[in-house]
Amino acid sequence: MPSPELPIPSVRGGAPVGAPSKITQGSRARGGVGESTLRPDGILKVTGEFAYSSDLWHEDMLWGQILRSTVAHAEIVSIDTSQALATAGVYAVMTYDDLPTGVRNYGLEIRDTPVLAHGKVRHHGEPVAIVAADHPETARRAAARIKVEYRELPVITDEASATAPDAILVHEGRDDHHCGHVPHPNIVHRQPIVRGDVARARRRADVIVEGEYTFGMQDQAFLGPESGLAVPEEDGGVHLYIATQWLHSDLRQIAPVLGLPEDKVRMTLSGVGGAFGGREDLSMQIHACLLALRTGKPVKMVYNRFESFFGHVHRHPAKLHYEHGATKDGKLTHMKCRIVLDGGAYASASPAVVGNASSLSVGPYAVDDVDIEAIALYTNNPPCGAMRGFGAVQACFAYEAQMDKLAKRLGMDPVEFRQRNAMEQGTLMPTGQPVDSPAPVAELLRRVKAMPMPPERQWESSEGPDVRQLPGGLSNTTHGEGVVRGVGYAVGIKNVGFSEGFDDYSTARVRMEVINGEPVATVHTAMAEVGQGGVTVHAQIARTELGVTQVTIRPADTRVGSAGSTSASRQTYVTGGAVKNSCELVREKVLEIGRRKFGSCHPAWATAGLLLEGGKVVTEGGEVLGDLADVLEEEVVEVEEEWRHRPTEAFDLRTGQGNGHVQYSFAAHRAVVEVDTELGLVKVVELACAQDVGKALNPLSVLGQIQGGTTQGLGMAVMEEIVVDPRTAKVRNPSFTDYLIPTILDTPTIPVDVLELADPHAPYGLRGIGEAPTLSSTPAVLAAIRDATGLELDRTPVRPEHLTGTA
Amino acid sequence: MDFLRPASWEEALAAKAEHPTAVPIAGGTDVMVEINFDHRRPEYLLDLNRIVDLYEWETGAESVRLGASVPYTKIMENLRAELPGLALASHTVASPQIRNRGGVGGNLGTASPAGDAHPALLAAGAEVEVESAARGTRLIPVDEFYTGVKRNALRPDELIRAVHVKKADGPQQFSKVGTRNAMVIAVCAFGLALHPATRTVRTGIGSAAPTPVRAGAAEDFLNAALEEGGFWDTGKIITPSVAKRFADLCSAACNPIDDVRGTANYRRHAVGVMARRTLTWTWESYRGARPAPEGAA
Repeated sequence: MPSPELPIPSVRGGAPVGAPSKITQGSRARGGVGESTLRPDGILKVTGEFAYSSDLWHEDMLWGQILRSTVAHAEIVSIDTSQALATAGVYAVMTYDDLPTGVRNYGLEIRDTPVLAHGKVRHHGEPVAIVAADHPETARRAAARIKVEYRELPVITDEASATAPDAILVHEGRDDHHCGHVPHPNIVHRQPIVRGDVARARRRADVIVEGEYTFGMQDQAFLGPESGLAVPEEDGGVHLYIATQWLHSDLRQIAPVLGLPEDKVRMTLSGVGGAFGGREDLSMQIHACLLALRTGKPVKMVYNRFESFFGHVHRHPAKLHYEHGATKDGKLTHMKCRIVLDGGAYASASPAVVGNASSLSVGPYAVDDVDIEAIALYTNNPPCGAMRGFGAVQACFAYEAQMDKLAKRLGMDPVEFRQRNAMEQGTLMPTGQPVDSPAPVAELLRRVKAMPMPPERQWESSEGPDVRQLPGGLSNTTHGEGVVRGVGYAVGIKNVGFSEGFDDYSTARVRMEVINGEPVATVHTAMAEVGQGGVTVHAQIARTELGVTQVTIRPADTRVGSAGSTSASRQTYVTGGAVKNSCELVREKVLEIGRRKFGSCHPAWATAGLLLEGGKVVTEGGEVLGDLADVLEEEVVEVEEEWRHRPTEAFDLRTGQGNGHVQYSFAAHRAVVEVDTELGLVKVVELACAQDVGKALNPLSVLGQIQGGTTQGLGMAVMEEIVVDPRTAKVRNPSFTDYLIPTILDTPTIPVDVLELADPHAPYGLRGIGEAPTLSSTPAVLAAIRDATGLELDRTPVRPEHLTGTA
Repeated sequence: MDFLRPASWEEALAAKAEHPTAVPIAGGTDVMVEINFDHRRPEYLLDLNRIVDLYEWETGAESVRLGASVPYTKIMENLRAELPGLALASHTVASPQIRNRGGVGGNLGTASPAGDAHPALLAAGAEVEVESAARGTRLIPVDEFYTGVKRNALRPDELIRAVHVKKADGPQQFSKVGTRNAMVIAVCAFGLALHPATRTVRTGIGSAAPTPVRAGAAEDFLNAALEEGGFWDTGKIITPSVAKRFADLCSAACNPIDDVRGTANYRRHAVGVMARRTLTWTWESYRGARPAPEGAA
């Protein structure tokens, strides 16, 4: 973990690559910024006592159930709800025709997703009808009695079928803001980026490597399935208790469908069991509200695990074609790539994922001449959207494979090759945007390489082989036979915050008052705590900025302004920034009150730079001017303010040029794997990570984010994939029996080296950290498996049949 | 759905005779998953949890009579010496929570080709004790028990009471391939038992054919090769060509499918690798444990 006396790192004895930030106000606050204060929800979650949204309960509540399509692409010939309605205990059955207003679609950016299917279903598991009943089993059975007659259509499943001359349009009559610049209506969005002169740069290349890479469909696999409770209110409105990532984005999509003004749809965040992007889109929110308003009763909805696989978007699967050139001395000459993302049946976050995939497709490297194209398709596959890493993950898998290929062709060490091409502060992105804060890419690689290697043959013991240390684990497939060790490296770049000109603000209401003689701060935001530890950080910021011990964090709801989404690694930066900003304004007001009351008593009141420390007003020199209790007495100071990071610009639709990103986050991994080369089974022995976090507001949470992201990337490397049948576009493994995520035995030792180089533009110099470790983990594991097996491995996740020639 | 709760084995048999469609439930680790997924909706559930005898086991001279509901955890903890193959297989079943609830009776009742106990039972040699109110008890050799995908030799009025597993007279091994290092359903599995008393080797293959199967031709080949070469007497290392031929014949005994968990080709290949490795491991143990030459301690 970071120590307070961090040496300022430099690369190869050159100039420093950055420096840690300094904090003056509240630097002595206990439980303030930089401390590993414990999360309030931690113990409850470990002991199973935490109340998730699926635990919500209301007297007289009904249970809602969705009927989903059993086919991927079909016209709906008829829907017969009569038997469902006739079922005892059923209060309501609703289809598209029962929707109360003309607004019948929703969507994050493009409103292309029907609340309930109308005339057509476009993917397996699309909601067709909803039922409310007095018992969940009754609701399920009634839904099963709804008769839907489908006339099946051919399925569109890939680029070839989507752009064929006679391809059926997944969406007829598009009028969204991307439809004008896409080459085909089955392409959601296309972003080219052209910079320099690739044809000329290509001639300088001594080696050129090409690769065609395939990235599978990953699921967020959050543990708490989609759930919530809608309670009708006396004024005709509704109160929705919900697990989501962004209350106000939900609100903007829900209210018009219900035909209610936004102030009549009240939303309170309920216990969220993980998100990872999968709760950016709506799931059961509108359905529960519709049923509650229709029946006049509270309606609870909870997906089971099977339904959850159909209830949220997944990570875009991708095909990536890359070409890189390099000179003999190991300098990249150019890069050409084409990234095809499968967005599935509805747009969700596809346009922004395209923006990320294209603008981050070069990786953390300096390349002047690039020719990039990224597109997202409309198909009849499951809809894909936000997931941790958001477009940067797929690209990182491909460009890091390319880096290893180039190093091999040049006979260079793969880390050395990467360091020679690593971007640094001042490097231009392919979009022309300069990187204007520390970018210690080479230093992260150096650190991760310098970590001690895990010992060889750790399975050997005096009592025979410890199979838990071997590929196959407890399944007892090897006692060391066929096992080969491999080592691989990868590094990645992720943008932080919402990009491309989005007005990415947050709001914080901070209040300060004296209760029982003690100064107390209250922080109220609409930030969705999804497990990232944001509420802990807010309390730390308030302690640091206001010099108080007691901080109350109010539950997140829509009675305060929007906090933006808990995604894009942005909440500590943006809502943390908003809390810091509102605290600073409160501090100024408190000092004004003090000056007004006591300014005449002591000349120091008139000086600038007064601090709040330990419940007192002090000078920079540490002289106490007065107790906050005496300054405030009965007065209450409250501020609600929006806060924004630096604005960004859209990318030019032809050239991709533009200052599109706010900040970047960098992590590097070294993977050590042991592969049973005969059975194709993999044990990841260690995944060492070095990451620059700018400033660790809560070092323990930082460690948790890095270890969690690393493990999610490991899952993508060796096991996690939603398998869709290419003939039917139906999901084949919607369960945790067949969609595997790493168990603790699959999770390796994860030594973490945290670097804290301040970004001068960000609060406390911090960097958003949640996503970067997910990027480089996957390609590092793949590189290590390639090292062990000598195989090319151009797809992830890698399965035993790929390692044994038995696919 | 009616929930029948017999207090005794006799009541359970009577209930099964009266309601032949009743689905017996003990640990519920298979049945409840099927019900929760709405894959089946039995008219009657026959709860066997009150029948304490089903949780007992007895170790006899030749075999262990293992009650149908003895949880896998108990097998791992108490029967490692007598039933080493089954104990190893038990350790690979799902999670600790599932191993505390599930037992071999459920694996046999479900008769999924992916059931972890089957290869170990086939390799060790076992008989399934089933009973009906009308016809009393019969013992079904485990080789004849599996009749199709998720089908077994039980008649509608019969219940599984116990399984009689031969006590190990030599080393046994169990291997299972899954794409995760714990808590994983078998892509394929292999059990192997040496029986020095009868100078035979038995095998069991899981998840690589419509039913759990023995690799008969492989066993015959290996038994003959070991006999002809005098391996049982000398304890010499098995010739690599013999091990390879055995492995190839085990692969050939598979009749797998491509599915979401793995390809047919991979299953055939992996069964061969596991066959060779488990043969090597058991044979190494056998050589190490053989009565030493005269005079030695």
